Amino acid sequence: MNIFSWIQLIFYMAVLIALAKPLGSFMARVYQGQKTFLDPVFGPVERLLYRLAGVHADQEMNWKVYAIALMAFNVLGLLVVYALQRLQGFLPLNPQGFGAVSPDSSWNTAVSFATNTNWQGYGGETTMSYLTQMTALTVQNFVSAATGMAAAVGLIRGLARHTTDKIGNFWVDLTRTTLYILLPLAFVLSLALVSQGVVQTFSQYKTVSLLQPASFQQPETDANGNTVKDASGNPVMETVPVTEQTLAVGPAASQIAIKQLGTNGGGFFNVNSAHPFENATPFSNFLEVLAILLIPAALVYTFGKMVGDTRQGWAILAAMTIIFVALLAVTVWAEQTGNPAIAKLGVDIHQSNINPGGNMEGKEVRFGVANSALWATATTAASNGSVDSMHDSNMPLGGMIPLWLIHLGEIIYGGVGSGLYGMLAFVIVGVFVAGLMVGRTPEYLGKKIESYEMKMASLILLIPMLTALGGTAIGVLTPAGQAGVLNPGPHGYTEILYAFSSATGNNGSAFAGLSVNTPFYNTALGIVMFFARYWLAIPALAIGGSLARKKKIPAGAGTLPTHTPLFIGWLIAVVVIVGALGFLPALALGPIVEHLMIFAH
Amino acid sequence: MNTPKRKKSVFQRELYQRAVVDSFIKLNPRWMVRNPVMFVVEVGSVLTSGLWIQALFGKGEAPAGFIGAVAIWLWFTVLFANFSEAVAEGRGKAQAEALRRTRQTTQAKKLKNPDHESKYDLVASTALRKGDVYLVEANDIISVDGEIIQGIASVDESAVTGESAPVIREAGGDRSAVTGGTRLLSDWLIIRVTADPGEGFLDRMINLVEGAKRQKTPNEIALNILLAGFTIIFLIVCATLLPYSLYSVQIAGKGVPITITVLIALLVCLIPTTIGGLLSAIGIAGMDRMIQRNVIAMSGRAVEAAGDVDVLLLDKTGTITLGNRQAVELLPVAGISAPDLAEAAQLASLADETPEGRSIVVLAKEKYNLRGRTMGSSNEAPEGMHFIPFSAQTRMSGVDFDGTAIRKGAPDTMMALVQSNGHPVPSDLQTTVDTIARAGGTPLVVTKNNQALGVIHLKDIVKGGIKERFAHLRKMGIKTVMITGDNPLTAAAIAAEAGVDDFLAQATPEAKLKLIREYQTGGRLVAMTGDGTNDAPALAQADVAVAMNTGTQPAREAANMVDLDSNPTKLIEVVEIGKQLLMTRGALTTFSIANDVSKYFAIIPAAFATTYPILNVLNIMKLTTPQSAIMSAVIFNALIIIALIPLALRGVPYRPVGAARLLRDNILIYGVGGVIAPFIGIKLIDMLLAALHLV
Repeated sequence: MNIFSWIQLIFYMAVLIALAKPLGSFMARVYQGQKTFLDPVFGPVERLLYRLAGVHADQEMNWKVYAIALMAFNVLGLLVVYALQRLQGFLPLNPQGFGAVSPDSSWNTAVSFATNTNWQGYGGETTMSYLTQMTALTVQNFVSAATGMAAAVGLIRGLARHTTDKIGNFWVDLTRTTLYILLPLAFVLSLALVSQGVVQTFSQYKTVSLLQPASFQQPETDANGNTVKDASGNPVMETVPVTEQTLAVGPAASQIAIKQLGTNGGGFFNVNSAHPFENATPFSNFLEVLAILLIPAALVYTFGKMVGDTRQGWAILAAMTIIFVALLAVTVWAEQTGNPAIAKLGVDIHQSNINPGGNMEGKEVRFGVANSALWATATTAASNGSVDSMHDSNMPLGGMIPLWLIHLGEIIYGGVGSGLYGMLAFVIVGVFVAGLMVGRTPEYLGKKIESYEMKMASLILLIPMLTALGGTAIGVLTPAGQAGVLNPGPHGYTEILYAFSSATGNNGSAFAGLSVNTPFYNTALGIVMFFARYWLAIPALAIGGSLARKKKIPAGAGTLPTHTPLFIGWLIAVVVIVGALGFLPALALGPIVEHLMIFAH
Repeated sequence: MNTPKRKKSVFQRELYQRAVVDSFIKLNPRWMVRNPVMFVVEVGSVLTSGLWIQALFGKGEAPAGFIGAVAIWLWFTVLFANFSEAVAEGRGKAQAEALRRTRQTTQAKKLKNPDHESKYDLVASTALRKGDVYLVEANDIISVDGEIIQGIASVDESAVTGESAPVIREAGGDRSAVTGGTRLLSDWLIIRVTADPGEGFLDRMINLVEGAKRQKTPNEIALNILLAGFTIIFLIVCATLLPYSLYSVQIAGKGVPITITVLIALLVCLIPTTIGGLLSAIGIAGMDRMIQRNVIAMSGRAVEAAGDVDVLLLDKTGTITLGNRQAVELLPVAGISAPDLAEAAQLASLADETPEGRSIVVLAKEKYNLRGRTMGSSNEAPEGMHFIPFSAQTRMSGVDFDGTAIRKGAPDTMMALVQSNGHPVPSDLQTTVDTIARAGGTPLVVTKNNQALGVIHLKDIVKGGIKERFAHLRKMGIKTVMITGDNPLTAAAIAAEAGVDDFLAQATPEAKLKLIREYQTGGRLVAMTGDGTNDAPALAQADVAVAMNTGTQPAREAANMVDLDSNPTKLIEVVEIGKQLLMTRGALTTFSIANDVSKYFAIIPAAFATTYPILNVLNIMKLTTPQSAIMSAVIFNALIIIALIPLALRGVPYRPVGAARLLRDNILIYGVGGVIAPFIGIKLIDMLLAALHLV
């Protein structure tokens, strides 16, 4: 690591934390129904939408109604995405003339985008029409993110309010999130990305002449299409010159902005943000990786603001940041160290002014080791899932850290909304045990934590383990699961584990190296994504509903303070130990053993 | 409850013998299923035992000796947990036995009319029903709980309280309740039965200490859910490890898959058996500690709630101050000498049998050396003296003799008396009276032949050491509120002297109730101590209500705890026990989960030794063999339960140092300690196993 890498990483963290407060305060105003500077623009639109949909914005819901509204909206969205994919051949805005997507892939993609996962079993530029990309996928990029944020806000209101059963109106939260937060941010980011060379067009794919013509060999065929063979029966090879290339283009910038901001991660192109048209320059890379963590981090401040004690928000943000920085350091170190096997081949893996050094396999030269490691850590910390390098090519530990960040429950900043309510479940468990240790019925923000909250928080901890570990178990046991593995050995096992973990965490990034566009993976991962999303969101809302009903206990000398460095340390320990205890054995058989094998010699 | 030492050791041995037997009886799955964590261990024990039998026939997945050893230690784990519960229960049972001995059916003298002279029928005490009236005479056992409607007597309550000094019980007032099983030492009482057979105070107490009616408290239920959650998590972890291992063997092309025995061993090591095994012992021991301090809690819920108390309401009289006001000073008006005033005050109080009156006599005697004319034991007035008792009409008392009339009474009454007889009120009298009132005292004006002599300063005496107790409560985060019928001025003075945080003056039962509700609406948990019938509504409203055992039956009914020592500051100990209970649970949960870290380092390299020998790098404890690693972890896991039984029974000590420091200390001891301790313990066991050539 040279000084420039350090400066970039430190600058990134500084900008992220600096933006948390202003954006967080703004979001708190949005959710508390206060005036914002965007009211003149979006106020009329908001009111028009309510009138069209027949929503009574002033009528709040109890948690059950809120959850039902959330589920109804998401299931409907899922069906629309499914239908658009199946019918895209008959619909306009399809210049490449793509046909219907297969049923299992459509199901997988529909669930994937509705659940904010954006796992992509398909290749965007070779499968989806512009209409599908824009009305099915990009729309879900907005509303699936808004769904997560609405669920988090429901829980926050439960903590902030007392002796009421109302936690807000889902339709209002959904609308205001989309109009006031996601649209403006996405608009600004799209323009910034376009300025860097990210494409935004409705035109057909471009065919261009190559500056440096290439050639390849293929078997010669006769007029009937049969392979021509020589005397000994081997096919006769012919050399084909290549002078032209088809460049896939499309309305990419607009989708990329929201896929980063909404922790969606579903790329316009198959290689996601490693593609130059999706992520052109180091500056666009900085903006995109900043956008990954921007809302999740700011939402923690919003939480503090809404519960009336910003210290509580800062404490959680501090815990997240400490874990993030520590794990980022490990990833950067692992990648910069490089692979001794490659060094043995005579490749210089030492960093110098002209050589990035380290493990550059699967990385873009325009980003280098530090930025690729930063992206890999951020995208898995935040359930985003977009990539600017291939995690499959990372060193074992460089791949393990992203995988483990997913295992922690996508709560280190986490997905928009989902990260916060996941983290609050850990806070509740942490507060419960710590509260007992100070000799009081545990309470968080003046609310007693009792058996109902424990039940729901336990579900939030438990379900991801069940789907990630259980799914992987099915994957490694069945021939269909094993068939997708391209790399033998522990690495192949890690690929399966990563796939199910990514689906569980609604992350959507792939370790690659695993053929997942098969009926088995499409179906299994679709089921995992669905359960791991809603079986966490609904218990989170249930906690909100239960806490909203409780009385608020004023803090006293015997009350456990939840904003001190001690509590931050405790929270970190709870998150790390639960994550380690749940996944260490599974990781031992994959990346850990792989790491030991590489460095043993 | 001070048993001689020798007797105690015999008792202890019996207790442990019985607990050992009980731990086997508790293996009944229907009993075990109440505790999900230990039930999983029992199922694991059965499975490994089956595998061991299979191995004995030569078809085992591992050597029979190894499987057998794992099975035995898993059974030990279950038994140790049962043992801890049995020991805790055994202590309660021993106390219940002692109580039950006083519970033998006695003959009761049932009266038709509540009249000492009327005839009685001898009936069995079990035949008495609520509302019946019976007579107790000297040396009779009081058969059942009741309320005295006639008589005064001294009662030996040692069977219930353990306190050997007899107490006075009398009709009316705040000392009218009697408890079944206690013995009358003198005189007679007529008692109205307040509880049907089996529902009396003693019955409830026996049920409680025996743990027969012990229900899980809300907090315990929540913790159980969390522990069940962890158990399920580790079930998932271990269950999925088998497919992973099968696949790893397939891709690595060597080794054998992880055995069921090792998986079960890993599962048992990971699930929170330490807290799961000790949880019920902690709860029982908490109740037990209450009883050792002579507090009977009506439910475990009340004990737990005690730990959460924010506000404590205390009656002034008898709690903060000694029951009665005492004369501390005699202040003559100008022109009157102090001895003259003292003599008059003493004379006026000779026949005054109230504690205030007696304190005036004593003060005059001690301070002015007036031996005076003391009253004889015959209760006859000395020659020529005519005592005027206090009456509600005159609102004064005094004495007439030799044509002299001495009176004492409240200042306004006495000043009216002086003025109505045409005498001037001395100018300094009002000043003196005001000074005393402002200082929280009660002024009594003394007159001789309708002329003011001076003022007696009666003062509430704050109990020694009470200020420190309140400071202690403050450190625990508990606000103290004094409740008194005094005027605000007096109340404020006493509150300041006693060091309470707040006071409620001129308190009526309604005002008390209102105050409690206000605090509760604000989200605070209110504790209250009381003894009088007029306290009953407030006691019923309070979250934690401690009634004095000397209190009236309504007060004891309304409370959820009864203090047999009738010590109002006992609440401090009650709160501490409640906090200890929660702290012990929290600390052992932390310890239990923290332990898992080291177990992974022991078991994971061992479990996959044949497939990936390279994982032995993780064997940082350098355990001898894969088998010894697994055995050491399992043995440590079982032994730690036994090692922590004393802590579970005694409780984690509570210190009033504020929540933040308490948390820091407990995290250091049970969290960090919980990570480190098993590394050492497992290594030691491994060394021992290797030294004994057992592996």
